[in-house]
Amino acid sequence: MSPRPPAAATPRLALTGISKAYPTVVANDGIDLVVLPGEIHAVLGENGAGKSTLMKIIYGVTKADAGEIAWNGEPVRIDNPAQARRLGIGMVFQQFSLFETLTVAENIALAVEDSRDLDALARRIEEVSARYGIPLDPKQLVHSQSVGERQRVEIVRCLLQKPELVIMDEPTSVLAPQAVRKLFETLRLLAREGCSILYISHRLDEIKELCDSATILRGGKVTGTVDPRDESASSLARMMIGKALPVFAHGEADEGGEERLVVAGLTRKADTQFGTDLDDIHLSVRSGEIVGIAGISGNGQQELLAALSGERTSREASEIHFGGRQVGRLGAAARRDLGLVFVPEERLGRGAVANMSLADNALLTAHRLNMVRFGLIRFGEVRSFADRCVDRFNVICGGVEADAKSLSGGNLQKFIVGREFLQEPRIVVAAQPTWGVDVGAAAAIRQALIEMRGAGVAVLVISEDLDELFEICDRIAVIAKGRLSPAKRTSETSIEEIGLWMSGLFPEGPATPAEASGVG
Amino acid sequence: MTGLETTVAILVSILGAGTPLVFAALGELIAERSGVLNLGVEGMMLVGAVCGFIAAAETGSPVAAVIVGVLAGAGMALIFGVLTLTLMANQVATGLALTIFGIGVSAYIGIDYTSVALPSISPVHIPGLSDLPLIGPLLFSLDPLIYLSFAALAGVSWFLYRSRAGLVLRGVGESPESAHAIGYPVIRIRYAAVLFGGAMAGLGGVYLSVAYTPMWVEGMTAGRGWIALALVVFATWRPARVLIGAYLFGGVTIVQFHLQGAGVEVAPQLLSMLPYLATIAVLVVISRDINTIRLNSPASLGKTYHPDAH
Repeated sequence: MSPRPPAAATPRLALTGISKAYPTVVANDGIDLVVLPGEIHAVLGENGAGKSTLMKIIYGVTKADAGEIAWNGEPVRIDNPAQARRLGIGMVFQQFSLFETLTVAENIALAVEDSRDLDALARRIEEVSARYGIPLDPKQLVHSQSVGERQRVEIVRCLLQKPELVIMDEPTSVLAPQAVRKLFETLRLLAREGCSILYISHRLDEIKELCDSATILRGGKVTGTVDPRDESASSLARMMIGKALPVFAHGEADEGGEERLVVAGLTRKADTQFGTDLDDIHLSVRSGEIVGIAGISGNGQQELLAALSGERTSREASEIHFGGRQVGRLGAAARRDLGLVFVPEERLGRGAVANMSLADNALLTAHRLNMVRFGLIRFGEVRSFADRCVDRFNVICGGVEADAKSLSGGNLQKFIVGREFLQEPRIVVAAQPTWGVDVGAAAAIRQALIEMRGAGVAVLVISEDLDELFEICDRIAVIAKGRLSPAKRTSETSIEEIGLWMSGLFPEGPATPAEASGVG
Repeated sequence: MTGLETTVAILVSILGAGTPLVFAALGELIAERSGVLNLGVEGMMLVGAVCGFIAAAETGSPVAAVIVGVLAGAGMALIFGVLTLTLMANQVATGLALTIFGIGVSAYIGIDYTSVALPSISPVHIPGLSDLPLIGPLLFSLDPLIYLSFAALAGVSWFLYRSRAGLVLRGVGESPESAHAIGYPVIRIRYAAVLFGGAMAGLGGVYLSVAYTPMWVEGMTAGRGWIALALVVFATWRPARVLIGAYLFGGVTIVQFHLQGAGVEVAPQLLSMLPYLATIAVLVVISRDINTIRLNSPASLGKTYHPDAH
């Protein structure tokens, strides 16, 4: 089993035979897991492998159907999160559990039991943030914080409870590369002080760099407990997805394509104080090219996407061109008529309607493909199109009549990508196309993007995942505080440079070096 | 009466006209801050009014009236709580039903009391201070329930912004999922908030039937419950603004009475509309800033929360 720790140590946490079944799926099936004091232990698995359910059981959010939990050698029952916290279990959530309209200190006060005095608490917050190198302003309102800052609030909140075990759920999915390194330093320091860490991720390189041991889940079962430093990425992937990772075919960029999508001097005030103003954005995407826009979320991506998709029209028609035509004042439907397809970040609510079937969701944007005649829907056409999306992208679902909300996030994303890409577009705009999607599905989506490029489509990808952008893009630009950097050819830049640009440090960027040190 | 005395009398009657709204709206504000939208305020006020009135008529004690009215309002809120928080019924539909139920049930149990008269409650005279000119009669010889409404405002403001429990309440209203994840009993907190809302609506009703116009008339709240609901929204869930709105409503009510009395050539129906129109118009204008709304409105308002659904 776990090769490193001395056999004599009492495990901090030991799970035996944990099982949990939901009406349609067995999420956990006889899972054993041992975490030693001061150990950074990875839980690795695809979406739907049962990681989140397992963590919820440990943190008392959900109850297991069967199995035992031992805490420092003693059998315990954990019925709710408050009890978990009293034992010394803290959790940093993937989707943050913060209250946006409260200040940092108030948010923390809500979770720390002995905190009647906010000023005293603010001092403790500053102490902890200095000790672990996590800068935080206790008086700041959470809604005005970046995602990275919010994560720091979660971490500090967790540390103030003096935990003996910290559960971190995909903590790096929202961070810039420099911030990831700082986070790892913090985690290693914590572990040296004897705190155990359960680190959930599907990023193999991170786990190899950080973790002392790893438990790998597939389909609710443990498929291996290993020392990740002794494994290769491909051997870990095999345990995780049951087969080798797919490889991409990625030919040379076609330099001669026409400029399909041009953004010329797009400037726009944000609608609310929570938004970001767009400041003089210039961008061009040629046919047969993938351009990526990197950046930490909340730097203007939402606003830019709304401007491109036509959800928000411009006052000046000339701010956006599709193949020489000015479309700034056209709405979303008119732009789609001109060959734009759009994969939004929010799958439910923007990409698909939760309570409608997959077939009906397909109709929503693909009705242009001859699915409506004389104002009436041709249901046969709709179903066969939806079937094609399901087949082509291997969507796991209960048929095309299943509600969109019944699909897992990754499968729904594959369906939406299929629906958009099978419309033979001229321009693709995709936001976070593989966010929260498991390795196998992410590979399929990236492959589809590359095929679009091969077919002469202009592809724009906005993503926080730098590895992904470097894998598929021909050119990469960075958005920071509503300004867009020049796009650099992927072969002429590096993750380090793009990471630096993400804090606003690019030619004509919004940040001075002094400011940038506080970012990320 | 001298001009000064008339002015003071008008101001005192404005305080009186606004007070039922202060009670009902502060109660609803707390309920909504926890994320529960209870549209049954009108019904809870009516039931509180009639039960308080009956208690006063039977015992002659205003204290008993207040206690009974508060309990009756809280009882109505308990029905609402069981339906929406335990049985997870839709809050809007349940609230509307509660109002209709309250109108009917209050009319029914009040049948025998429609022509009963109550002695009015004597104002509290604070020795020394109440003899001061102008502010004496205005501030120091009021109906005791008006003093209670001042205390309620101070209490609710302190609770919301200074106490830990108030912080928890705001947290639950903004994100019940997060509050549950860090270990707060969301449903229990919402029950407490809803019950407080009902008790305060009941108190507003008692004030109307026992102090403001000491008699019971079917449907005597005349839409004040709805105005209280509107006040909470347009005051962007802030107690001090609720008070402003309530007295604005009271003020226009009294002014239009005087206009009617003076025989102004406007249809009385139009004048009776004025308080409702003016209150909403002013509040809409002063609270149209989208940022204040986002910062103060409880994000989970009106949404049913299932603790086990995720």
